[in-house]
Amino acid sequence: MAEVQAKSPARRLEDIRPLSPHLQIYRWTWTMAMSVFHRMTGMALYAGTVLIVGWLLALAAGPGPYECARWLMTSIIGKLVLIAYTWALFHHLLGGVRHFIWDTGAGFERDARMALAKFTLVGSIVLTIAFWVIVALVR
Amino acid sequence: MAEFSLPKNSRISEGKTWPKPASAARITTFRIYRWNPDDGKNPVIDTYYVDRDDCGPMVLDALLWIKNNVDPTLTLRRSCREGICGSCSMNINGANTLACTIGIDECVDKGVVRIYPLPHMPVVKDLVPDLTTFYAQHAAIEPYLKTVTPAPEKEWRQSPEDRQKLDGLYECILCACCSTSCPSYWWNGSRYMGPAALLQAYRWLIDSRDEDTGARLDKLEDPFRLYRCHTIMNCANVCPKHLNPAKAIAEIKKMMVVRQV
Repeated sequence: MAEVQAKSPARRLEDIRPLSPHLQIYRWTWTMAMSVFHRMTGMALYAGTVLIVGWLLALAAGPGPYECARWLMTSIIGKLVLIAYTWALFHHLLGGVRHFIWDTGAGFERDARMALAKFTLVGSIVLTIAFWVIVALVR
Repeated sequence: MAEFSLPKNSRISEGKTWPKPASAARITTFRIYRWNPDDGKNPVIDTYYVDRDDCGPMVLDALLWIKNNVDPTLTLRRSCREGICGSCSMNINGANTLACTIGIDECVDKGVVRIYPLPHMPVVKDLVPDLTTFYAQHAAIEPYLKTVTPAPEKEWRQSPEDRQKLDGLYECILCACCSTSCPSYWWNGSRYMGPAALLQAYRWLIDSRDEDTGARLDKLEDPFRLYRCHTIMNCANVCPKHLNPAKAIAEIKKMMVVRQV
């Protein structure tokens, strides 16, 4: 009978096996995209909170620094940052509502979950526009 | 922290373009992930041309046509060719599904079908991923009846209503389409149980005959095992049996709350 000798591989197969592609090839879905948006807007809210603290600090520091902060926030870039911040706030808020609905066990069927995901994006844009229209009107 | 890019040995380059079949009227292009453990090279994408008039309607038919007519080294798992064994799960044009139950015309994108192994898994060869961890997670949820009362003389009985609660759960074929579609599973696949294992966990949690509910919940109450589900819903989007693992996971989370109030 022929002698069977096990060849000892230089490296274990587990070490050389490649990882199959994931994000690179996966087709985006609404629910997946809105989950990522929820994370990103959540992080943006941290930055937004820092802005508010900065504004409060300027307010406490007196008329000079406050005027500087006011000038910054009413500049074109400042306004864009504020609009982005309010959008992040509304998007994260509606994302929270969506998660609350899912936590009850409702809204998991295909049409419902897709509609809920789209609702967070469309709803946040509508709320942001409405908010700034009201701001422009009352100023 | 999640690693979004592929490790060096996993980056993909352009592979071989195989000859077009002679005198074929209807041709579909297949771009397929190839990796050979024996040649020491990185994965590549090979291009094949399939004669649609000589080939069945499903993606699996095309893969076997390539294997029979063009390149016998193309490696994949397959068995039943009717969506019940769960062997031929792979990523086809960006979504996980079974090659045997998806039609070529259903998924073809501008004349091209792109095929990869299930995402974020160690590759054994070509379209064959290593599912060892996935199976270990299924074993970890103890997918069998556990009781403390003495066994009845005949079978454990169950009312038709209680039996109905298992519909939409017991049909899982463990193809791993759902777990490997889940970004949470991609980033934390060794600690998060994944949608397939959790769907099976719920199948035993709500079985009226099972008497191990408390201990089963205890084993899942963990920031990673259960709560890495962030309702991304890719699992429910891709399940080839049209089951809803996301909903099953939400029901487990509800059970966790209910038992505390």
